Amino acid sequence: MTETLTTVEQILERKSHAVIRDSSVAPTHDMHELLFELEAKSEIIVQRVPEPYVEMTTKYGRKKKIPIEHTWHHKSCGHCGHIPGYASSILWLHRQFGLDYIDPTDQTSCTGWNYYASAASNAAGQASVMARNFAAAYETGYFPLIHCGTSYGHYKEIREQLVHHKELRDEVRRILGKMGKPLVIPEEIVHYSEWVHVMRNRIAERQTLDMSMITATVHPACHYYKIVAEDAIYDPDIYGGQRTAVVTAMLESIGVNVADYSTWFDCCGFGFRHVLVQRDFTRSFSVLRKIETMKNEVNPDLTVTHDTGCVTSLDKSQFAAKAHDRKVGIPILSDAQVAALAMGAHPFRVIQFHWHSTDWRPFLDKLGVNWQKYWDEFQGDLDQIRAGTKSGITWEDADAPVNLTA
Amino acid sequence: MPTTLENWNPGKAENRHPHVAYEEKERLFLEVKNDMRYSDFLYGCYECGICVATCPSARFYDFSPRVIAQSMAREDVERVYDIITEDIWNCAQCFSCVRCPRQNNPGGLVTILREVSLKNGLQETKDALQGYSRVIYKVMLKGNQVSPDMLQPDFFPDWGPWVTEFSANMQVWRKAIPMDSIRGVTDAAWRTDRKTLLELYTIWFESGNMEIIKELDESLYDLLTEVMQEELEEG
Repeated sequence: MTETLTTVEQILERKSHAVIRDSSVAPTHDMHELLFELEAKSEIIVQRVPEPYVEMTTKYGRKKKIPIEHTWHHKSCGHCGHIPGYASSILWLHRQFGLDYIDPTDQTSCTGWNYYASAASNAAGQASVMARNFAAAYETGYFPLIHCGTSYGHYKEIREQLVHHKELRDEVRRILGKMGKPLVIPEEIVHYSEWVHVMRNRIAERQTLDMSMITATVHPACHYYKIVAEDAIYDPDIYGGQRTAVVTAMLESIGVNVADYSTWFDCCGFGFRHVLVQRDFTRSFSVLRKIETMKNEVNPDLTVTHDTGCVTSLDKSQFAAKAHDRKVGIPILSDAQVAALAMGAHPFRVIQFHWHSTDWRPFLDKLGVNWQKYWDEFQGDLDQIRAGTKSGITWEDADAPVNLTA
Repeated sequence: MPTTLENWNPGKAENRHPHVAYEEKERLFLEVKNDMRYSDFLYGCYECGICVATCPSARFYDFSPRVIAQSMAREDVERVYDIITEDIWNCAQCFSCVRCPRQNNPGGLVTILREVSLKNGLQETKDALQGYSRVIYKVMLKGNQVSPDMLQPDFFPDWGPWVTEFSANMQVWRKAIPMDSIRGVTDAAWRTDRKTLLELYTIWFESGNMEIIKELDESLYDLLTEVMQEELEEG
């Protein structure tokens, strides 16, 4: 019998087969049925995804409803605290498409960052914080859209706990009763990057800035696709359905060349506690395992991610590494910021590049963006604010797209 | 030392903390084991090492999610005590380890171990969280983990000259953000309604969170309690 060796081409062809999952044989249990059973028993209220929505396929084939509008923007304390252009880009995109939303002040953070950093809380406390926020959204009639990857992952894990542990539900209902709120769990827990994902073709239709000369790497956020992994969006056309499709699919839709690198599964090194009080770990991991690997293997113009901690760690860790002659210097942006830039958002009034540490100017230069012109304009805004002739920048100043290459 | 029948103790760690009675270590272990989430997070261990291969902390510390899952599955009280006093604060809580083919959640086990260590006021935990109190103060009072006024050059010198530039321009940069909820706010990430904060304080008191803070740092507890109770009484 003659044996033939498997060729490299055959291996590559085999690996290129898209993975199409059948939800009926998913290896994990979908808790939605239990959610509706609890509602039928009047234990909880399930807030339905409002129309219009788009159904997307998740890791094991379940269809997940992603609302297009009527959304209650559950902000991220990390975005709003030190990357505000991340949050304003998300809202700017909504405004460009004329979509109905609420930017609430009846919202606390999920407090998950603190919990993952210090554990100075407990299951009932964390579940009550989530339930209070969801009840606040429910009272408005708008559906929560979660900006932070950690809030998204944390809430999905808490949802599992609430569904499976009656004693926790009872305790949370008792605490919510003190403030006259019902226990509400949304039908879907939706991350903003899933919304960006379903909007990607509409974003491409409105694109005014050519991005075809840009090579980018993607860092998928751990708390998006590792916690309750079966709820993340996958697409057989993106990485053959082997990795989450969000971020990458959007970048490809606007013509960015997405390049692969070997440590894509590694976290960013954030560590929650580490990034605040033990940053030697964060800096080392972020630079040695992510940034330097990307530099060596791809040398991208940009790295794009979709969570608070990832932007922070990857961006802020690069400065100190220069002192050790490490290969650094990749600007870091979120998918929402890149999408907004592609549609002509003002680099400083909307995207707020000046809050980012790693030099973003070479990236904008390569795009042909006349950033100095817009920086000068923004400085004029700041001068007026300092002089007291302008109270601040408003959407009226920021809504209109600009011709970035003029 | 050669292994003999007398000292051969498979699966059991040496007693690295002889000053702590075995009964106390067992009490802590049982507190972890009796957490309602424990059975959701631990199903056994194949010793395959997938969790270690994906773990960022395993690359930089003497830390192993496999050892955590194994030790807990074996109910190795001595080793679990080593873990709770020496290892848990190295975990990055990224949850890469949930790639486990046995469906374990070592990161989740670490969370329970951390909670138990806090509730019992272990000194190693107090040491690990030294310097972190101001963050707890912020998140419990303001409902946000970080705020612009925390970004000071002396606290984040490794973030480069950006921090100095930001710090010098914080007030005006914060006014130059188009979102109504953020514009001009420097002591929190966004403007939060007073009613919302009072509800948050209610959660901290009702869920037992304040007792945890009391074990961790009594002066922080006194400060938080005074401020929150005063606010709640004002209504």
